[in-house]
Amino acid sequence: MNDGPLIPFWPPAASTSAAAVDKLFLTLLAIAGLVALAICCLILFFSVYYRADRPGGARGGPSPSNALWLEITWTSATLMIFVWIFIWSAELFRAMRVPPRGALELFVVGRQWMWKIQHQNGRREINELHVPLGRPVRLTMTSEDVIHSFFIPAFRLKQDVVPGRYVTEWFEATKKGVYHLYCAQYCGTNHAGMIGRVVVMEQGDYARWLAHGSAPAVAPFDSGRATFAKLGCGACHLPSGFGKGPSLAGIAGRRVELSTGKIVTADETYLREHILYPGRVVVAGYRGDVMPSFKDQLTEQDVMNLIFYLESLKPEP
Amino acid sequence: MKSYLTDGVTVRSWLLTRDHKRIAWLYLTAATFFFFVGGTAALLFRLELLTPHADFFGADNYNKLFTIHGIIMVFFFLIPSIPGVFGNFLIPLMIGAEDVAYPRINLLSWYLYIGGGLLAMAAILLGGVDTGWTFYTPLSSIYLNTYVTLAICGIFINGFSSILTGLNFVTTIHRLRAPGLYWHRLPLFIWSMYATSVIMILGTPVIAITLLLVVAERALHLGIFDPRLGGDPLLFQHLFWAYSHPAVYIMILPSMGVVNEIIACFARKRIFGYSFVAYSSLFIAILGFLVWGHHMFVSGMSMYAGMVFSLLSYLVAVPSAIKVFNWTATLYRGRITLSTPMLYALGFIGLFTMGGLTGIMLAALPVDVHVHDTYFVIAHFHYIMVGGAVMGYLGALHFWWPKMTGRMYPDNWGRLAAAILFFGFNLTFFPQFILGYLGMPRRYHAYPPELQVWNVLSTAGASILGVGYLLPFAYLLWSLRWGARAGPNPWGATGLEWRKTSSPPPTANFEESPVVTEEAYAYE
Repeated sequence: MNDGPLIPFWPPAASTSAAAVDKLFLTLLAIAGLVALAICCLILFFSVYYRADRPGGARGGPSPSNALWLEITWTSATLMIFVWIFIWSAELFRAMRVPPRGALELFVVGRQWMWKIQHQNGRREINELHVPLGRPVRLTMTSEDVIHSFFIPAFRLKQDVVPGRYVTEWFEATKKGVYHLYCAQYCGTNHAGMIGRVVVMEQGDYARWLAHGSAPAVAPFDSGRATFAKLGCGACHLPSGFGKGPSLAGIAGRRVELSTGKIVTADETYLREHILYPGRVVVAGYRGDVMPSFKDQLTEQDVMNLIFYLESLKPEP
Repeated sequence: MKSYLTDGVTVRSWLLTRDHKRIAWLYLTAATFFFFVGGTAALLFRLELLTPHADFFGADNYNKLFTIHGIIMVFFFLIPSIPGVFGNFLIPLMIGAEDVAYPRINLLSWYLYIGGGLLAMAAILLGGVDTGWTFYTPLSSIYLNTYVTLAICGIFINGFSSILTGLNFVTTIHRLRAPGLYWHRLPLFIWSMYATSVIMILGTPVIAITLLLVVAERALHLGIFDPRLGGDPLLFQHLFWAYSHPAVYIMILPSMGVVNEIIACFARKRIFGYSFVAYSSLFIAILGFLVWGHHMFVSGMSMYAGMVFSLLSYLVAVPSAIKVFNWTATLYRGRITLSTPMLYALGFIGLFTMGGLTGIMLAALPVDVHVHDTYFVIAHFHYIMVGGAVMGYLGALHFWWPKMTGRMYPDNWGRLAAAILFFGFNLTFFPQFILGYLGMPRRYHAYPPELQVWNVLSTAGASILGVGYLLPFAYLLWSLRWGARAGPNPWGATGLEWRKTSSPPPTANFEESPVVTEEAYAYE
């Protein structure tokens, strides 16, 4: 982390999007530099060349005080450059937001003032994120308390982590090394202490690291299935759809009609809301006072694992 | 005829005055006080940032310092300063009126400002507040146990000051213009104050309601922003920035207006493309209401919403670019004098251009993902608000000081201070662009050691900046007693305030009501 130059000018670029963002930024920097230089040179030149107290007499004199062609030229030129930048950046933004298929799924929970991370096999770590080189990684994140922001400068990656909903971000590391992990959204007293490190390892090393967890690890999927069984969700949510609650088979991503007539997509945030606060929104045709709230029995991590399990439930054929 | 300064000398005659010029002085006094409070907080936390570790203040005190700096500077200096001081002093003088439309309400505005300011100061002195000036929920509404409610009440009350001032200015500009002073003959400062006033009237109620909702959630546990109570934290951000982004234009538009007046005077030219510069202010005021989402690109807002707000942000940058181009073109074939106010105006153009261009980078979504909530953003908006708004404010102070006081200040000292400020400003904030791209998050009192060099440079710049601000304070006070008499028009400027009345003007502004027969800036 601290093996860079004594006075760093540029952050390390260690992900696929880092190089793309740098290219865009450098282009903008070049345009901005040229424009700023042109404006400053013109101002300086005019201030000297047209100065009123020039020994030989001032050079200034009458000149037109408007010119439509000039206004149209610089307005449309500015606009065209802006639209070009917008198109470039919107396309790149889309690529940075939409994860490729088959990405490695990791779970992140932020809280005052630490990052809790869980890997596929259940291995957990705090304020450290170990990831394999050259493989897309998708983070599903939420917060237990206030808004945090998961920021890895070397990956040019940042996403606010918001309580009450799930957000995702993805990256593919391209360079082995150890990088900074920060919380970028002010979150109270120890905001500056909510930092950590990201360790990018060879895929083989990552597999070995995963296997050598110190604590007994339960994979998120297994933990979610166990919670599902322990809470007895299946007693009401019969796969047939004839239970007291709606069927959960194929629930993830399904369009659901609510008792208010509104139709929403059952994404992760929706599922979380229904597990913790079942009465707030009710599925059309069902009663809102049957299901108890599980908010005092489950941690954010438990809920996340449970949802991960729910997402695996395939629709009835 | 007695000047407005000698027409009544008791404290009562000042505190109960309805003269817009005296009310301007009340604002100037208060704004100067708040500026030094906010500035001191900044110097203290820059001192903490001299080293990578916590040295002088703990985390909590550091958080309180940057919160004080933000709240005081934004709500009690930048927003009220130019409208309160120069809007008040100049609008009636520039349009040939005796006073603003509602002089009593004008005085009420000042008392609301002071009332709000005192509550905010009380919150600071009782133990402080550590929400950041942005009051993000649910941190501010549920988690923090500092004087959040008191500070919010201060801002809430101050909001009425803004609204009433805006109403007063809009009415004044519509109703009280001198005969012959058609809209297209108005000085551009009036156009920009008009646009500013519209934002103050339409925008301020939004922040007032939003902050009340935060108090409602804090005090009554009404679920508005905290998801555990059924609220939505992003709702707060939408509401907050729906005001606070237009508020940026409340800060910068008046300074843009000031720059027009100064440049025209010291280049002895009409402002190039008058109508483009005038209408660009209105475009900024309107479009400024539609770009708040660019503060939320990484907030969890929808990707497509991000794209729409990005595009709109590019559009709002166009009128600002038009202004810069037209100012530069105004200098062409001028007869240019680099007096103190002109140095501030030219400094404004340079620094505002830097701020605007880095804003273009921030509007590019992928770049913002990286530098959002880092020092890059801090540097960007300080180039706009300090390099732009404060430079314009000081330019105005130096330009109209002879009119306000009847005295000249030493021009050499003025130019020296302008040069020191320009240098100190860049040394403070330019390194922060680099820090930001390197990834240093804002609101950190401790940071990785490899970032120290840039922080040391920035802190060194801040101390130079501090000296730069003390200098004008000293020589302007000095000039009140020992400065040379200014005469009615020391700069040879056009405009009713210079050509039709004395320095300082009489209480009723003009001995006989002026009639306007020519457009603004008839220098050639």
